[in-house]
Amino acid sequence: MALLEVADLFAGYSAENVLRGVSFSVERGGITAILGANGAGKTTLLRAISGLLRRRGSIRFDDQAIERTTTEDIARLGVGHVPEGRGTFLDLTTEENLRIGAYTRNDRRAVALDLERMFTYFPRLKERRRQQAGTLSGGEQQMLAVSRALMLRPRLLLLDEPSFGLAPLVVQDIFRIMRGINADEGVSVLLVEQNAALALELADRAYVLETGQVVISGSAADVRSNESVRRAYLGF
Amino acid sequence: MEAFLHQVFSGLATGGIYASLALALVMIYQSTNHINFAQGEMAMFSTYLAWSMIDAGLAYWWAFLLTVAISFITGVVIERIIIRPVERAPVLSVVTVFVALLVIFNSVAGWIFTYTIKTFPSPFPEQPLFGNRYISSHELGAIGITLGVLVVLYLFFRFTPLGLAMRAAAQNATSSRLSGIRVGWMLALGWGLAAAVGAVAGMLIAPIVYLDPNMMSGVLLYAFAAALVGGIDSPFGAVLGGFLVGVLENLIGAYVVGTELKLTVALVLIIGVLVFKPTGLFGRVFVSRV
Ligand SMILES: Nc1ncnc2c1ncn2[C@@H]1O[C@H](COP(=O)(O)OP(=O)(O)O)[C@@H](O)[C@H]1O
Ligand SMILES: [Mg+2]
Repeated sequence: MALLEVADLFAGYSAENVLRGVSFSVERGGITAILGANGAGKTTLLRAISGLLRRRGSIRFDDQAIERTTTEDIARLGVGHVPEGRGTFLDLTTEENLRIGAYTRNDRRAVALDLERMFTYFPRLKERRRQQAGTLSGGEQQMLAVSRALMLRPRLLLLDEPSFGLAPLVVQDIFRIMRGINADEGVSVLLVEQNAALALELADRAYVLETGQVVISGSAADVRSNESVRRAYLGF
Repeated sequence: MEAFLHQVFSGLATGGIYASLALALVMIYQSTNHINFAQGEMAMFSTYLAWSMIDAGLAYWWAFLLTVAISFITGVVIERIIIRPVERAPVLSVVTVFVALLVIFNSVAGWIFTYTIKTFPSPFPEQPLFGNRYISSHELGAIGITLGVLVVLYLFFRFTPLGLAMRAAAQNATSSRLSGIRVGWMLALGWGLAAAVGAVAGMLIAPIVYLDPNMMSGVLLYAFAAALVGGIDSPFGAVLGGFLVGVLENLIGAYVVGTELKLTVALVLIIGVLVFKPTGLFGRVFVSRV
């Protein structure tokens, strides 16, 4: 069984659905990418999985149905979500932001170790440890958002356009660390990206979303060599 | 000089009480962007509760503690049952609910306890402490208790995981939920804390203004002025604003306009701040880069 199994998912903000029958899965230990143009429904998909939206269909996480579970409980099951716009607690310090990520955990010693681990992944965050998170740069806030989600010790990490608005070097940094976390700790990843080339480099499976429906799916290699993906998303 | 110092000290005592109530207003405002107009009446009701217990023979401090605990629970219950259903309603509906709460508490108190003015005991001796001539024991005690409450709240919000989670929930509900924080309960806890702080304020002011169902209307106005002067989204500002308003009220009342116009001072402050500096003295200057 896959770690996350979504079947025939409908979701949206009003009576009209944005997602219209989406099915896909994330394998245990795998990285799945969801590609699609602006407005395709990628963010809506992640929000539906986390229970932030009204949704219908089947969502199974670790063989457990979660389509009626609340956002708080889905997080407690081990789903970390790095939201669009980063979701930083602007008035809290960097360290407080990270501690919020570990709020549901009781293992204080392990939390302290994880905090140090985040600081080794992203030394910039350590420098800014006691600084108000609102004063961090966009790249630093993205590092903070990823670290905050990791502090939950998730089994599945949902990433909403981590490359958005960041300098290429910062993006490379974040993707390198994501690959490491996936490989070393077995955290499975569902990655949403407009930057298809980048996402396909990291992912092992990929789905292309257009106006709320999956139009192409397969291994990352297959999707990369797909003619229409090349034309529409890779630009060659 | 002696009279002047006396005015300042007693202003600090009532100012501390305004500060507590202002802090209660700010706590709820920060998490919901609403002013709880019923905060004063809730405090008044709590004070009647304490009065009933003392009247029934309970020792003062037991009545005090029990009242704080019951007020806390009542605050939580009010949030869960009355406020939560209108959480996402338009502002006007929410204001209506607050005003309704205010009227209900006021008239129920009048109905149970009548509108006759009652005296409320102070736990502190009648003779001034340390033989000083500037400040009564009750005023000194009130300042002490107020400072104690403020310090405990500060430590709670600053250093405990629950306090941190409450601050987080107030700032960004979605991100908090994604981190597993039960935001609804954090709001309810905020209401409980606000009600408990209000109860302390009520019990401390009652020996000064006497106990009647309308005792808090003036006090809430001062607290509101304090919160606005300090900055409605700043707990520190609200506390400082409270002490400032308390002292100003006394000095202006004694030396400038006379006691009849004291309440007008609060109104002038409120309007003045809203017109000239809506963010208050310590209101937030946004520091964010995107
Ligand atoms: N908060 C919202 N309320 C109403 N409609 C929304 C909201 N957010 C997004 N939408 C609509 O849902 C569709 C998909 O948006 P989104 O999931 O954000 O796309 P993507 O993340 O792929 O760019 C768009 O048509 C958008 O206009
Ligand atoms: Mg998006």
